[in-house]
Amino acid sequence: MDGRTKLALAVLGIIVILIAPHLFYQLFLIKVICFALFACAFKLAMGTAGLLSFGHAAFFGGAAYVAAHAAKVWGFPFELAVLAGAAAAALLGLAFGVISIRRHGIYFAMITLALAQLVYFVALQAPFTHSEDGIQGVPRGNLLGLVDLTGTNAMYYTAAGIFLIGYLIVARIIHSPFGKILDAIREDPARALSLGYDIDRFRLLAFVLSAALSGLAGATKTIAFQFASLTDVHWATSGDVILMALLGGIGTTFGPVVGAVVIVSLDEFLADSGLPIQPIIGTIFVLCILLFRNGVVGTLERWLGPSAPKQAETLVT
Amino acid sequence: MTMSLPVLSGQLLVGLINGSFYAILSLGLSIIFGLLGIVNLTQGAFYMVGAFFAWMLLQWLGVGYWGALILAPLGVAAIGVILELLLIRRIYRLDHSYGLLLTFGLLLIIQGSFVYIFGTAGQPYPIPDELRGGYNLGFMFLPKYRVWVVLVALGLCFATWYSIERTWLGRTLRAATEKPSLTRAFGINVPRLVTVGFGLGVGLSGLAGVLAAPIYAVSPLMGADIIIVVFAVVVIGGMGSILGSIVSGVSLGLLEGLTKVVYPQASSSVIFVMMILVLLIKPTGLFGWEK
Repeated sequence: MDGRTKLALAVLGIIVILIAPHLFYQLFLIKVICFALFACAFKLAMGTAGLLSFGHAAFFGGAAYVAAHAAKVWGFPFELAVLAGAAAAALLGLAFGVISIRRHGIYFAMITLALAQLVYFVALQAPFTHSEDGIQGVPRGNLLGLVDLTGTNAMYYTAAGIFLIGYLIVARIIHSPFGKILDAIREDPARALSLGYDIDRFRLLAFVLSAALSGLAGATKTIAFQFASLTDVHWATSGDVILMALLGGIGTTFGPVVGAVVIVSLDEFLADSGLPIQPIIGTIFVLCILLFRNGVVGTLERWLGPSAPKQAETLVT
Repeated sequence: MTMSLPVLSGQLLVGLINGSFYAILSLGLSIIFGLLGIVNLTQGAFYMVGAFFAWMLLQWLGVGYWGALILAPLGVAAIGVILELLLIRRIYRLDHSYGLLLTFGLLLIIQGSFVYIFGTAGQPYPIPDELRGGYNLGFMFLPKYRVWVVLVALGLCFATWYSIERTWLGRTLRAATEKPSLTRAFGINVPRLVTVGFGLGVGLSGLAGVLAAPIYAVSPLMGADIIIVVFAVVVIGGMGSILGSIVSGVSLGLLEGLTKVVYPQASSSVIFVMMILVLLIKPTGLFGWEK
């Protein structure tokens, strides 16, 4: 893609973000935005660093609880509460990483799943998370003491701003020298090692960054919706984010955003229809893996671009 | 703290029962992993389906426990074979992670359909007449059915271990795992063997589900709760190790029971904490090795 197309797409993206609240329900859009950021953060771990994490809900939900507690009980202002959530997720990511980073592939997936379940049990039993009730009535507060966020409009644009910052960070990381080293490690760990890269350290750093950005998404969502619940830390949420990233295109930067838009919309639509959500999501998952491993954006790129890769056989393109 | 003998022995019995189920499920997981190289997330769902088949056989066809003990695992194995032939077969040449993701999708379909039809509430399943009652040991009451479950589980574990390590089928299965093309050269139909192995692995889960039906309520979510624990058990025991699955399954069940007496709050997380400790000390698991 040349610079002009990129610029055109970026302008288009900004226009969409500005117009969308006039067409759709704002809280729905905030949900889309938060999951889009979550999916981009996940892409950083799986698509770029090649770490199939089945425990990302722990970062998303863990940050949600910390941000909710900070805003409600400690009276943190909006931005500090969100940052506290992201920082907690980064620490959690570091802990997960130190334990599991030495195991690869499916082992890594199983270990992160089990660790996330441990976080789920903590959320179920710790006093500050209020078990089944979750943390309710979280105040939104003010942005930097200036903008009152009680209005849904203000909250939407703030969330959109956070998303844009997060997305730019992810895009920057992917295209930085650090991102290229991660590509190399993912595609050929042995060769990367022989070139002198400390592969576990690079993987760990990518994983912590991914966890922190997932936390940013979870914390923003919890403050916008004013509650944190067990759903956010449940393994089904880890599955959802994998599906979003895969469906959109795990090998692309923008794909996870598309995946999040599709899945959140579908979820919203199905919730009112009375149709079984889980089996439908599961069917999409299965079809995606059997037939459509490059995802929506990956497939589009393949059609449009001359040198794009064929259908993925390893996990990443 | 009530550290009396009846409480302790009662919880250890519960632990032994849970551990038996962990062992059977992780055994099935290990067989399938060894053979196909995929981590089968549907293992828990098939355990749930086995329990539901038993319940349906009783409610709709009037077939009791003993019939279900044979029919339900066969039904589960048949579904497993169909899924293997239609879907799972297509991804063997891909990265193993795709297997995990594919079975995750299947798990959502199977579990979600049962939740949609039956709701999340549990259905009771009666203990068969022959196994009602129990033995009074003086310090505790030992229900007959629980003794039966532990005996069957141990028998199953031994039979599986024996048939994998000591019989023609096991030898061929292991050969097909190690060197598929060479095994084919000896005139053995490896793809069919893989299908049989998969059926066997999920059939074991189905059988565990029937055994579990009278103890726990038959609920669509019973498999999801247990499978993540079983993952931790398998990571502790060492992936793909039959002996590791059995030993760590039973002993972690006991550990869980013991924790319920000593520090109940930690009982649901103690296995995960053990997993962390084992990973820090021996990353390949207690009985495992890196391929």
